[in-house]
Amino acid sequence: MNPRREFFLLSNGASVPWADVPEWPAEAFVAATAAGLERGGRLCAWFGVPEKSGTRLVAVIAFDAENTLAVGRSAPVGKSYPSLTPRQPQAHLFEREVWEQHGLVPEGHPWLKPVRRQNGGQPAVGEFFRVEGGEIHEVAVGPVHAGIIEPGHFRFQCNGEEVLHLEIALGYQHRGIEEALAGGPQRATMSQMETVAGDTTIGHATAYATILESLAATEAPLSAQWLRSIALELERLANHAGDLGALANDVAFLPTSAACGKIRGDFLNLTALLCGNRFGRGLIRPGGCKQVLEAARAAQLAEKLRGALAEVNEAAEWLWESNSVRARFEFTGTVTASQAAEIGLVGVAARASGLVRDVRFDHPAGWHRFAPVPVAVWPGGDVFARARVRWLEIQRSAKFIEEQLAAPAEGEGFADPGPPAGDTLAVMLVEGWRGEICHVALTDRTGKFRRYKIVDASFHNWTGLELAMRGQAISDFPICNKSFNLSYCGFDL
Amino acid sequence: MAYPAGPPPGLPDRHGGALRVEAAKCAEGCAACGAVCPTQAITRPTGNPVALDLGKCLFCAACVEACPTQAITQTNDHRMAVRRREDLQLGKPGEEELRLAAALDEKLKKLFGRSLRLRQVSAGGCNACEADVNVLGTIGWDLGRFGVQFVASPRHADGLLITGAMSRNMELALKKTYAAVPAPKLVIAVGACAIAGGPFTSHPQILNGASSLVPVDLFIPGCPPHPLTILDGLLRLLGKLD
Repeated sequence: MNPRREFFLLSNGASVPWADVPEWPAEAFVAATAAGLERGGRLCAWFGVPEKSGTRLVAVIAFDAENTLAVGRSAPVGKSYPSLTPRQPQAHLFEREVWEQHGLVPEGHPWLKPVRRQNGGQPAVGEFFRVEGGEIHEVAVGPVHAGIIEPGHFRFQCNGEEVLHLEIALGYQHRGIEEALAGGPQRATMSQMETVAGDTTIGHATAYATILESLAATEAPLSAQWLRSIALELERLANHAGDLGALANDVAFLPTSAACGKIRGDFLNLTALLCGNRFGRGLIRPGGCKQVLEAARAAQLAEKLRGALAEVNEAAEWLWESNSVRARFEFTGTVTASQAAEIGLVGVAARASGLVRDVRFDHPAGWHRFAPVPVAVWPGGDVFARARVRWLEIQRSAKFIEEQLAAPAEGEGFADPGPPAGDTLAVMLVEGWRGEICHVALTDRTGKFRRYKIVDASFHNWTGLELAMRGQAISDFPICNKSFNLSYCGFDL
Repeated sequence: MAYPAGPPPGLPDRHGGALRVEAAKCAEGCAACGAVCPTQAITRPTGNPVALDLGKCLFCAACVEACPTQAITQTNDHRMAVRRREDLQLGKPGEEELRLAAALDEKLKKLFGRSLRLRQVSAGGCNACEADVNVLGTIGWDLGRFGVQFVASPRHADGLLITGAMSRNMELALKKTYAAVPAPKLVIAVGACAIAGGPFTSHPQILNGASSLVPVDLFIPGCPPHPLTILDGLLRLLGKLD
């Protein structure tokens, strides 16, 4: 099958007139999407665009090896279409979402149930899959959890200590971000993008700003692209360092836990050095960056970065050298490479299952076109591998920032991008610290958002945590959960 | 960390701290601030003086930059916690700055002053407030030295610390959690979302903050508030700061 006929091919951060996106009858469109995925594509987004005569399906597929994205759409669908999920499990949540948002039934979907819809002060979680048997028991956890964390519900089917099946029901953090974007951008839109997932402010803000720049057929000034790329790695450093500490804490290895808790804060303070806010709020705006990183501040950043990196390396050494930690991390919560590919894992979790996928490398946009980032991969698919990939990325991110600070991009950091083009679709992928962030915007005739789709890495990866728990002791859930460290709010939107 | 016996760690130089609003300085007919505010925290209805609701403020400083007469300024003050919602309304003469929180009354201070156990509930936020509450438990801040601790069950708690815009999908869980905390109990709302809905204000999927469901004893503004701002609020409530 030739994807050039079924799909419009474009590079990351580009836009295409809506009329140029090939349109197919629903059945042929599903078949073409499945064929594209079968020949090595990944489903980045699958969503509906409502029209008078029904809802169009839109697919965004990434062909990593070819550094190409593909966009296609169906003719308006009235009530149902043949489900993509039986052929491509990576589509399962996307199809549930389309069903919830537009009422389109994917015929043949094996587990069709709500994603975040409200029902009497709680999400409509639907029926849970149940294992029957006299010795089987069910464990329900959440939405309110024991720590200072976000709400979600976990339903375990257990035989003694062993987890046979885990099903995760989310939606508790749903605050209507996508719905509010229709007719936008509005004044609050930038702030909402910065809070899609608060620990990924730079990732989502970069995706959104680039979308608006692309729709206006322009780019942010190079010095802003440069600064965004630095901020993205600072975000990765803070979260990866925090995760190593949290993993250590969950196996009661307190030295690394205590040290990394503090070092995470040191990295957040580096982002605050850029813009005043520890999470990067207010740094990125469509058209560039609101602040500049002048030479003196850059020197200060470089010096503090060296200090924090030395500390995190020392704390990580304690972790790697502890036999008791390795015994708990290794062969725990394994997701095989074939499982990871089948369910469309992204980011740290995918790379820890040996999959070479990283948007910065596969689909470079912005500053990454000039400053490539190597992909940090570790085989194994277990908690150890997910910890190890984080540590490798801490090294690479620090090195990347150091190199960029040594060769800054000159010039203004902001230029008004102008108004977005009408009837145009733009796609932007960003490798956030968890993994791939995908934003897709479709404008109406006047350049307002007709549809805006956000896919956080967590949307792909929660299924990975469910699979990782199969056959595990339920007491290993905390480290398995921490090793993915997925976003509830990024999923719930 | 020497604080609170010694000086507090400094805020980042680009942070800006709390805002100060002097409506008397406004130019005639000017409403430049309101036009750039993402959450309508700052308004100037025709014929009225400018008013800033710091509870709705995301501290983006767009109004500070837009104001031609320096009527809105950054104070670089990290202290922002208040006991009453109206103490976050700025602008009128005598109300240019927020009115800092008073300590609990003697009876409650006796109960909670040396040991406060909190259950945290996250309800429709972005996890940044949660992250910076968590930071207070790390070795530098060491919240435990003040007798403040986060506990796993509401049954073990003296109160709730709520973050998030109060999503309708968390309504039932929050009500149940609040009911499970034995009286007398405190509620602390951390961040712009928990105070008034933050960037998601008036979305049909949220209830515009914790006050919609439970009585709030302490409001800590910010998006998210700096850890120092949160700590200041907790210590102020417990009467540990002068």
